[in-house]
Amino acid sequence: MRIDRRSFLSFVIGGAAGTALTPLPWKITDDLAIWTQNWPWTPEPPDGEAAYVNAACTLCPGGCGITVRKIDERAVKIEGMKGHPVNDGGLCILGLSGLQLLYGPTRVRTPLKKVEGKWKKVSWDDAIAEVAAKLSELRGKGPQSLACISGSDQGTVPQLLKRLLTAYGSPNFMDMPSFQDAYAITLKLTQGVDASAAFDIENSDFVLSLGSGIIEGWGSPVRMFRANSSCGEKKGALVQVEPRLSNTAAKADQWVPVTPGTEADLVLGLAHVIIKLDLYNKDFVGNHTFGFDDWTDGEEKPCKGFKQFVLENYSPDKVAKTTGVDEKTLTTLAKKFADASSPLAVCGRGEGKTPGSLHEFIAVHALNALKGSINKKGGVWAVPESDYISLPDLKTDDVAKKGLETERIDGAGSEAYPYSKSLLNRFAEVVGTGEQSPVHTLFVSGANPCYTLADTQAVKKAFKKIPFVVSFSAYMDETAQAADLILPNHVYLERLEDVPPPAGLSQCVIGLSKPVVAPQFDTRHTGDVVIQLAKKLAGSVADAFPWENYEACLQEALGDKWDALNESGFVATEVTPAGWEKAFAGTPSKKFEFFAAGYQPVTIEGEEKTFPLILVPYDSMRLSGGFIGNPPFMTKTVSDTMLKGNDIMVEINPKTAKSRFLFLNDGDYAILSTPKGRVNVRVHLFEGIMPGIVAMPKGLGHTAYDDYLAGKGVNVNELIGPVEDPGSGLDAAWGIRAKLTNVPI
Amino acid sequence: MKEEHKHEHKAKKYGMVIDLDQCTGCGACMVACMAENNVPFRKDETDKFLSITWMRVYQLTNGKSFPNTEICYLPRPCMHCEGEHGHSPCVSVCPATATDYSHETGIVSQIYTRCFGCRYCMAACPYHARYFNWWDPVWPEGMEAYLSPNVSPRMRGVVEKCSFCFHRYQIAMEKAHYEERHELKEDEYQTACTQACPAGAITFGDLNNPDHAVCQMKKSKTAFRLLERLGTHPKVYYLSSREWVRRAGDNYLRDEDGKVMDKRKLRN
Repeated sequence: MRIDRRSFLSFVIGGAAGTALTPLPWKITDDLAIWTQNWPWTPEPPDGEAAYVNAACTLCPGGCGITVRKIDERAVKIEGMKGHPVNDGGLCILGLSGLQLLYGPTRVRTPLKKVEGKWKKVSWDDAIAEVAAKLSELRGKGPQSLACISGSDQGTVPQLLKRLLTAYGSPNFMDMPSFQDAYAITLKLTQGVDASAAFDIENSDFVLSLGSGIIEGWGSPVRMFRANSSCGEKKGALVQVEPRLSNTAAKADQWVPVTPGTEADLVLGLAHVIIKLDLYNKDFVGNHTFGFDDWTDGEEKPCKGFKQFVLENYSPDKVAKTTGVDEKTLTTLAKKFADASSPLAVCGRGEGKTPGSLHEFIAVHALNALKGSINKKGGVWAVPESDYISLPDLKTDDVAKKGLETERIDGAGSEAYPYSKSLLNRFAEVVGTGEQSPVHTLFVSGANPCYTLADTQAVKKAFKKIPFVVSFSAYMDETAQAADLILPNHVYLERLEDVPPPAGLSQCVIGLSKPVVAPQFDTRHTGDVVIQLAKKLAGSVADAFPWENYEACLQEALGDKWDALNESGFVATEVTPAGWEKAFAGTPSKKFEFFAAGYQPVTIEGEEKTFPLILVPYDSMRLSGGFIGNPPFMTKTVSDTMLKGNDIMVEINPKTAKSRFLFLNDGDYAILSTPKGRVNVRVHLFEGIMPGIVAMPKGLGHTAYDDYLAGKGVNVNELIGPVEDPGSGLDAAWGIRAKLTNVPI
Repeated sequence: MKEEHKHEHKAKKYGMVIDLDQCTGCGACMVACMAENNVPFRKDETDKFLSITWMRVYQLTNGKSFPNTEICYLPRPCMHCEGEHGHSPCVSVCPATATDYSHETGIVSQIYTRCFGCRYCMAACPYHARYFNWWDPVWPEGMEAYLSPNVSPRMRGVVEKCSFCFHRYQIAMEKAHYEERHELKEDEYQTACTQACPAGAITFGDLNNPDHAVCQMKKSKTAFRLLERLGTHPKVYYLSSREWVRRAGDNYLRDEDGKVMDKRKLRN
């Protein structure tokens, strides 16, 4: 048969028409679609009975209530608890990701012991026996060589650890620093009280924030979010003073960019204007304060008062030069602050994990005092630390007494730093410098100092020098990796624990977190482990822990609150601050004390000549910079202006990028060096940052955890060292001098 | 029976009003959504074109230089466009009827098992609200335990997007029917993002129901929608007191004053 053009075309067209008319192509497409979708490995979550369980979130000290949705025995979703006094239904990004921590791959599943650099599973009995043996052996040589780093000193578990140390004979219980440490000293000096600072932000009509990340995790995050929203509704104003346009600055009514480190000057400049224009609260300043006007001390020596000090040294033109805020802005800001009926100035940079300089805190507190915003509606309150935990008195034996008399290794409470309770920032230096570490055994609970402390390299080196490190972490974090033994705690959703009242809240909310799911792995409650350990040590140490288990201890510690807590999960009590008449009884003058001079501003590390720029860390709600590493959900939300691939992005002003020695475009690679280290970064050109500043996000650069977090970006703590505040000894580093250079081609 | 219902109950039109003055850009809505809807994650999520985020918070800037720079955060779920009579851009192009506009609820659905991954809808969507599963969803060992049975995990090769937490609507309706009710109360059906927002910036409800907050809020003078001039009739409204933010919601010629948009706004 001859195939001509005509028959060929008929065949092709006919064939095409025929195929199109049959259901075959559609059937095949459909089958293909179904077949490609029926992969057996796509999970089918099993259905079951749905239930909601109330608990508390303890991932940060915020103290939010949560409601967990369960399907049979599985927890499937965490939501904010409606009606809870702290968060009333809302929840932060970390709290929402909690189940990824519970079921995540970063958990430590059994007690682990490091043998020749490798982790070996051990039984709980063996692990506790080993620690007990070490401690018994050590006690005779000097019980003070046992130390503990805890995430907080509040709550029963930290209290039990502290009790163990005390009964054993060591004063070396250290907790992670926060801006509340600096506030505590400020309140002690000015008001003569042992208290923590609470901020009545909800009732203030003008909030001046000196770099505090009001909506970036400062204080109790969700409560701050709510305060911020209601602030807008009530026509209250928020003014944010910081060099970078942070989320808080973006949401504030006014952003005042200021040269970092000169915030105290700005505050005293405002005080200058307020005093000069006679706008301060005469009743408060006149009747309830001391040191405002000039005075003479016991030896008839004339002393300069706050008024004179500020008028002489902080005139707007001078302040404008140091801070970079022009005179007009300064004067208007001062007037606005003075005109408000309950103005409030707050400080503590970013999330508030670095205490900051006493000079700055006292200046801010003095500004509040000028307007009488102390212990008053809408002001800052001195709230005595809640003593809701009542544990029986402790009897110490002679060994313990002798040990407790020794000076703390961090120097807190010593002559040099009389007001500080804990100076963890000095830990690396103290342990690292001597030939032998003064700490023989170190407990770490609820903290990740090998990641979160400034100058991480030095901290890690110090850890290497300590012969025996025990971590109670539930996750394989940097500190757990550096430990010799891990006694994994339950994750918060698996354990019973009290939730201490969040600091900074003008209401005292005590919570009780009950387990939502049964322990997933062979972990044990740190409270139980401490009790079991004490029992093994026998003698007076064992006697200090008469309880059968942690639950019995908690029940006794909470006393009459136990029933109420058990029922509703929280107990909220209103706090009324002491009135002006009684509030300052603890100071020598029985009045609020102004400090004219005496506390010095802190200068950061580095020579301006070699390091022309300033590196400042910044906090973001999408990155968890503290003890808890970012769960995958949170990392997913991290913007590509912070992290691109595994490269960290640092923010610089376009002006900084095109200076004499630099030529950088958005997204370019560069080398960032500081006196502490040198890393490769990429730059993000951003108009919302002061020229001369480099801003780096906190919370990246983990070496531990899983593939969803490890190896991404740079840990800013490796580039910044601690700077000791001359007054308090606390870490006051707000940045470090730095240099950016082009990557050599 | 069905006809009767129609007369008895006015069709619902679920929508959202997001107050950008209150949004802090914290990202809680994004994570609440991921946790609610079994959204998968990968080791590297920094390529935002590939990162599946049903709800995504964008950062807008006013383009001015230091120190006059301003930032605004804009959460973007699926807009559940009504189009002209339910002809949403994505629904119109889907050859598999895998996505459809429900006249009963006003929700644009996505049926994963019908989708064969042609991605026409992604090209048609002007809001980048749709995402393609280029990879199999893989959860690290043990993490599958938190997956919710109410939302099926998607397989490689299909498109997914925000559903206004439709499964929550179904659960709420089931409960209502069981109690012999035909109407839902406002708080009975809320999306996960609305519930989680710590700043209370998101309001969700029936735009047709005058008792629902959204119905009043959308009439605000500061309300706008994204790319209104395309005629997609999105059901997500935004509020902002700042003019540059409202202007950023659409594309304008350089010397255009934005009045054209206001006229368009008169429709619903």
